[in-house]
Amino acid sequence: MDEIQEALTKTSKATKKDRFGRSVSLLALILILAVVISIFWFVASKGLATFFKNHVSLWSFLTGTKWAPGQVDAHGKPLVGAAPMIVGSFLVTFLSALIATPFAVGTAVFMTEISPKRGAKILQPVTELLVGIPSVVYGFVGLTVVVPAMRHLFGGSGFGVLAGSMVLFVMILPTVTSMTVDTLRAVPKRYREAALALGATRWQMIYKVILRAATPGILTAIVFGMARAFGEALAVQMVVGNAALMPHNLMSPSATLTSILTQGIGNTVMGSLENNALWSLALILLLMSLVFNLVIRAIGKKGAM
Amino acid sequence: MNAKQVDKIATGILYTIAGFVILVLLALLGYILVQGVPNLSWHFLTAPAEAFSAGGGIGIQLFNSFYLLILTMVISFPIALGAGIYLNEYANQKSKVIEVIRTMIEILSSLPSVVVGLFGFLLFVVQLKLGFSLLSGAIALTFFNLPLLTRSVEESLRTIPNLQREAGSALGLSRFETIGHVILPAALPSIMTGVVLSAGRVFGEAAALIYTAGQSAPALNFADWNPFNATSPLNVMRPAETLAVHIWKINSEGIMPDAAAVSAGASAVLVIAVLLFNFCARYFSKVLYRQLTSSK
Repeated sequence: MDEIQEALTKTSKATKKDRFGRSVSLLALILILAVVISIFWFVASKGLATFFKNHVSLWSFLTGTKWAPGQVDAHGKPLVGAAPMIVGSFLVTFLSALIATPFAVGTAVFMTEISPKRGAKILQPVTELLVGIPSVVYGFVGLTVVVPAMRHLFGGSGFGVLAGSMVLFVMILPTVTSMTVDTLRAVPKRYREAALALGATRWQMIYKVILRAATPGILTAIVFGMARAFGEALAVQMVVGNAALMPHNLMSPSATLTSILTQGIGNTVMGSLENNALWSLALILLLMSLVFNLVIRAIGKKGAM
Repeated sequence: MNAKQVDKIATGILYTIAGFVILVLLALLGYILVQGVPNLSWHFLTAPAEAFSAGGGIGIQLFNSFYLLILTMVISFPIALGAGIYLNEYANQKSKVIEVIRTMIEILSSLPSVVVGLFGFLLFVVQLKLGFSLLSGAIALTFFNLPLLTRSVEESLRTIPNLQREAGSALGLSRFETIGHVILPAALPSIMTGVVLSAGRVFGEAAALIYTAGQSAPALNFADWNPFNATSPLNVMRPAETLAVHIWKINSEGIMPDAAAVSAGASAVLVIAVLLFNFCARYFSKVLYRQLTSSK
């Protein structure tokens, strides 16, 4: 009797296995969370050291226009003004998004509404392939094609915000296009049929119905492209000129947060002000990617209503 | 102007835009291949790089890229698989905690790769004293790869109909057994598609590697396969410049006379590799399609 009772009430082999599998898979998930938390923890603790340990004021860091972390100004305060890089980063991001948006949306509309057959045959595979092209390749092409072209057209060295924006424009174009195509395809067919049944021309249908219905999705695609452009390091670093100066026009060599970071972090000593200031730039990057994430979420929520 | 004319003009403009975009994209692709492919030769693909003179190859960098890719996949696939299984099979989908976790994974996937690389540099190269090494690089790439891979595993599992899970339970299988014997085999082609696509991304990544796997490629002895020897190709503690890092490096600070030719060739190799990964992914999704529709 006891034997039977024991056999029936003790945990079965299958249950044990199941518990094991459950805990192993949970462990994997916890590991990923630990990575996210420690990235934020490490970058924040390093990046905030500029303000707490080296006593640089946040305001002068964000608005100062002189970036020479090794030197001090007349008052003995270190010269860590990140404004040139912040402006540079935002400038290339917005410019590239501004150029990419009409092309991406136009191409996506063409692929879904005007010529779905050709879209599926030529454009779809090409955009999908280009999404996967490594960013250094974009940088290399920028260096050998875009920069000489800029030099030829506008004079100067050719390196600068405009060259950076052009490279980023080509880089985010496939991403934004394919995301826009997805949202346009998700617009229900009955919308199109209803618009056409009311006597709308194809353009009226596209402009007044489809693009409006797909606006949240298109905005998400653009913000996603901007996030990618903002965080892109090497492609931009290769063409932007890397001079930590306020960009006074689109052709003057300038710098972005990422380009100064990749250049500087290996040449500074851990724990020094020069190094901490670079980590503060990394922290700005981190926070901005968080902001882009929140914006995408907010758009998604509004679109869902 | 009436609506019909506007329609015609708008259509014309859309044709122009699409044509322009096709032109730009094809020109880009064509430029890379036309510039690069003539530089490709057996010597170029196998010879070590030269620092100061022309005629160097990309042999070591190419090997490093593939080795690093394999290491990264070996580390990240089990973790992503586990996390994906938990999220789709075990987790309570309505729980707030799971929602927060999903958000965090999404945030990780949107972090700039340079930040992930710097974190790897700080934690592994500096604090854990692993130095610039393949191992540091592989772990940094794992961080970069995990969120996307996890999501693709999760989505692959989600496409398996609940009927299969119920059938497993009806046969008296535990959930774990159902996952192992029923769900995973069914989801395998789709999971493989995700793995191959992420492999393409990992293969071309450079920003996360500059300060983790390093920017130097010491000479390797390809006759020595003992992973504990310093010059062995299998040694995971050696610094290893990959192909993508090599392109960046010779373009920003290279002094070899044929830097443009080398980077053109290396870019073409990268692009061709990405093409191959894409074709593989397509092949797997074809297998998936065949499996789902039981067509031949």
